[in-house]
Amino acid sequence: MDIQSCVEVCNEWDIVSARQLGRNMAKELGFGNVDQARITTAISELARNIYLYAGSGKICLEPVEQMGRKGLRIIAVDNGPGIRDIRKVMEDGYTTSGGLGAGLPGVKRLMDEFTIDSTIDSGTEILATKWLR
Amino acid sequence: MNDRDFIIDRYKDLLTTYLNGKNETALYKGQQFSRKLIEQQISPEDVVSHHINVLNDLFPDMTEEMKDAFDFLLEVMIGYGFAYREHQSLRTRQRQLESEIEVAASMQQTLLISDVPTVDSLDIGVKSVPAKKMNGDYFNFVKDDKSISVAVADIIGKGIPAALCMSMIKYAMDSLPEQRMQPNLLLENLNRVVEQNVHPNMFITMLYGLYDTDVHKFYYAGAGHEPGFFYKAATDEFEDMFAKGLVLGVSRTTKYKEYEKQLGPGDMIILLSDGVTECRTSKGFIEREEIVALIRENMHKPAQEIVDSVFHELERLQEFELRDDFTLIILKRMV
Repeated sequence: MDIQSCVEVCNEWDIVSARQLGRNMAKELGFGNVDQARITTAISELARNIYLYAGSGKICLEPVEQMGRKGLRIIAVDNGPGIRDIRKVMEDGYTTSGGLGAGLPGVKRLMDEFTIDSTIDSGTEILATKWLR
Repeated sequence: MNDRDFIIDRYKDLLTTYLNGKNETALYKGQQFSRKLIEQQISPEDVVSHHINVLNDLFPDMTEEMKDAFDFLLEVMIGYGFAYREHQSLRTRQRQLESEIEVAASMQQTLLISDVPTVDSLDIGVKSVPAKKMNGDYFNFVKDDKSISVAVADIIGKGIPAALCMSMIKYAMDSLPEQRMQPNLLLENLNRVVEQNVHPNMFITMLYGLYDTDVHKFYYAGAGHEPGFFYKAATDEFEDMFAKGLVLGVSRTTKYKEYEKQLGPGDMIILLSDGVTECRTSKGFIEREEIVALIRENMHKPAQEIVDSVFHELERLQEFELRDDFTLIILKRMV
């Protein structure tokens, strides 16, 4: 089960690599076109956050299985400054990236499961899972 | 899953009908169908995806390039879906906030409501209407053995901050019962409370007065408040009731001056907020003389009917759109 693949994110090109990896794995697992696009969009957003706010970090992807369901989990880890007020960044309307616009709440809605953990001065870890329907 | 299948089937039907007939009816049905999609919270990328699936069914020999192009469109639409869902969620939150404000506004009403006292020698009329949900004007009456005190205040600033500030003013006044008989001292004490507790960019204007029902004298002091009017029945004249004094909250050491008026039978004290004089009509701001004229027109009525009539007339002149909180109080000495 533990076939984790990771992409280091340091610049904008790495975001594309992370997307590519995510799309390949999603396709392999049997996700439809729309869900593939959702998963890659979530990866884009998370990778962009790493690139813009943490400087560097990585996006890891792993197939998961739980109670007979199959899915894909995105793990976004960085060693950046951390998020001081998680509740605030999880609020709609709070955007700093100016990119896609919806930020983390949007990622949460694109995926089925979402957890975030952040420590000031040591970094942020986000887990987001999409299940096959 | 069933709803989804139903929607795909329905979409396929509608699209096929259109492709066969290419008429406006089919397009109209398509437009109505979009409403249904929104109701069901189907996001834009799902619609594109349904479209692709239906096309694949209808035209199995679609070229690979066309399929790829649709995949590209799907990717582009994801962003719209992103924004659409955020919009949905913000709308829900807005509804929640609105209903919270609704509750706060009605709470403010019950907190700040002041009974209009009844005494034989005075006819009192009061009209206070907020421009938005929360009222930034405040009035208060207190009845004692031989007197009635009245306060009219206006917060510079509107909405919720102003309303919260009002509650503070009310409780500060309640806690200053010794000063109630001396309008200038009451304002001085209140000024200190405001100066210490309220944000420096928020100011409060107030007129506070005490009507002695034994000798029919009105003692008052003002803190930068819109001057009221005094009507003298003997000469049938209105005059401005100026009360010099700095608005509350500017300087800790502000002193206020006490003024007095002797009332004869039929005389009136008219107190108001600047929402009355700053009524903006199509011809510009309304003049104080126009207010006086309106009062004069209705003077023969009981006090409550006068203030009601003035309000209705001003509301009409402003095309029923209040721009500022409105408060008008009339105290009329009976014979």
